Amino acid sequence: MSHSQASDKLMVELRDLNKWYGEFHVLKNINLEVKQGEKIVICGPSGSGKSTMIRCINHLEEHQKGDIVVSGIPLNEDIKNIEAIRKEVGMVFQHFNLFPHLTVLENCVLAPIWVKKMPRKEAEAQAMELLERVKIPDQALKYPGQLSGGQQQRVAIARSLCMNPDVMLFDEPTSALDPEMIKEVLDVMIELATEGMTMLCVTHEMGFAKTVADRVIFMDGGQIVEENEPHEFFNNPQHERTQLFLSQILQH
Amino acid sequence: MSSDISNSGHNPEGGPAKPKAPPQNKPKFWNDPKKRSLLFQVLLLSALGFVFYSIIDNTLTNLEQRGITTGFDFLTEEAGFGIAMSLIDYTEASSYGMTFIVGLMNTILIALMGIFAATILGFLLGVARLSDNWLISKASTIYIETFRNIPLLLQIFFWYYAVLRTLPHPRQSMEFFGTFLNNRGFIVPAPVAEDGFGVVVFGFFAALIGSWLISRWSKKRQELTGQQFPVFWASLGLIVGIPLVLFMLSGMPLGLDHPELKGFNFKGGITVIPELIALWFALSIYTAAFIAETVRAGILAVSHGQTEAATALGMSKAKTLRLIVIPQALRVVIPPLTSQYLNLTKNSSLATAIGYPDLVNVFAGTTLNQTGQAIEVIAMTMAVYLTLSLLTSTFMNWYNSRIQLTER
Ligand SMILES: Nc1ncnc2c1ncn2[C@@H]1O[C@H](COP(=O)(O)OP(=O)(O)O)[C@@H](O)[C@H]1O
Ligand SMILES: [Mg+2]
Repeated sequence: MSHSQASDKLMVELRDLNKWYGEFHVLKNINLEVKQGEKIVICGPSGSGKSTMIRCINHLEEHQKGDIVVSGIPLNEDIKNIEAIRKEVGMVFQHFNLFPHLTVLENCVLAPIWVKKMPRKEAEAQAMELLERVKIPDQALKYPGQLSGGQQQRVAIARSLCMNPDVMLFDEPTSALDPEMIKEVLDVMIELATEGMTMLCVTHEMGFAKTVADRVIFMDGGQIVEENEPHEFFNNPQHERTQLFLSQILQH
Repeated sequence: MSSDISNSGHNPEGGPAKPKAPPQNKPKFWNDPKKRSLLFQVLLLSALGFVFYSIIDNTLTNLEQRGITTGFDFLTEEAGFGIAMSLIDYTEASSYGMTFIVGLMNTILIALMGIFAATILGFLLGVARLSDNWLISKASTIYIETFRNIPLLLQIFFWYYAVLRTLPHPRQSMEFFGTFLNNRGFIVPAPVAEDGFGVVVFGFFAALIGSWLISRWSKKRQELTGQQFPVFWASLGLIVGIPLVLFMLSGMPLGLDHPELKGFNFKGGITVIPELIALWFALSIYTAAFIAETVRAGILAVSHGQTEAATALGMSKAKTLRLIVIPQALRVVIPPLTSQYLNLTKNSSLATAIGYPDLVNVFAGTTLNQTGQAIEVIAMTMAVYLTLSLLTSTFMNWYNSRIQLTER
């Protein structure tokens, strides 16, 4: 299987990343390089630091040691750099986090208008185009509370894409969804992947991992334990902890 | 399983009872819960009615015995007493009806001033308490915990007796730029319009219209081109600048009636009496502490995920607060905010304690004492507070329903 549309340009670099919550060492010497167009799936037991790691990339969490470079921009104390990185990185959350007081369309045009200073007309046209791509243009004038979970998550994806990000981060995008809605979200993500988006997805949807991932990363106890291309990763896991984890989640 | 339900107040056959089969052993009417509760309510209402009737009847008899005729005729009689502060022309020769108007206007003035200051202060404190800055958040916490927990009356006394009354006598007034502060109050020059001042007033209103047009234009432009325009600062510049320029050009047609020390007190100028200042400070500072808490609760009620999503989209903290957090927090804040406004208005009647001439002090105090028309005076005063409260709630409910509607 060859999924790779990756070029040689590095989009995300994590070097010796370390993070503590007080005394608790949550990320230990994480090293990761993601090339443009690469799709990375991150899995591992609950509490292993997966969310923390990807939230460090757009500085929703602060790291204490190591370097993060996104799209060539070093993430440091400089607020200008942090803002520049956030413009390049889109994020989709487990619980959608749509703005409930705004319509779907307003959710999508808010950041382009206020952050990118895009004319409203242009922002709306672009938002409608993206809502079309996630297959809910007809819901544009509804409020998030009127949509199903699957629809809300697709709006959240469209909202992120409205900022034209170079990298998309997904933090368990389907784990808050009823089973019948998981596919509609995964389909959108697969389409995004085939269009060449650089993606880091925390997910336990192993079917998705097998279809789109260039690499699968297994984390445990704040460390990257194993990293491999999907075929090898699933059929020939090297570490005991990986084997145990896979046997647990592949049981059902 | 409907067959298990006992026949408490509902027909087990599920439908109107057939006349052929009347319910067996119909309960005596005092054992039927519905009729019983109706009976109790009727009894309670009659008892209440009787109590009120006796009180009023008793009062009327007493008044009659003291030769006081009931009715509202006294309102046209001459009051014969002076009032320390009045927003309209009032002399001792004015009528009791005028004392009502003067007191009412003073009550409305202090309520509006208090609501204005308490709202601004309360919002700032509420946001400050959640600030990442340790010093700011601690300072806000200390403010809130202190002023919320000291009785309001004590705070009024503090500002009045401990701060304002201990200021120097008029002869030793503290002076700042032609204004004077002493134990008789805060005395500022009174503006006196001269010929040509109308131009400045005109300029001011023109500037108001101008800034409205600018805000519309900038919104349009933002929608078309995406460029943002500093509407606030531009409007501020217009509203201050245009009248100022016109004022200069027309040769400063505004005289100032400067206060002057004559004997033991100041003549001329406008005197803001210390009672008003003390009451205003106390009411605003006290109520602001409560408003800050409701604002904080409102902001905390907006889930952290909202801020995170906005942050991830690259929005600044200020824009996140303004566009995401505050609009959602307001929906939670408005109902308790309304009751704080009502509390402030009602608390303003503590004015009596330091002699600020509000409605209760002037009308339900002096006027009542002089005329003895207790029922009329109290009824009118209660009607005023009731009306003010109803107006406030109606307005806030309307505002609330407006912002709730945007939800879905
Ligand atoms: N804000 C926080 N403060 C303290 N501990 C935290 C915080 N957030 C997460 N943790 C801890 O860090 C560990 C990793 O969390 P997380 O990255 O969310 O794991 P995962 O996403 O892999 O389930 C967990 O043990 C969690 O309890
Ligand atoms: Mg997680």
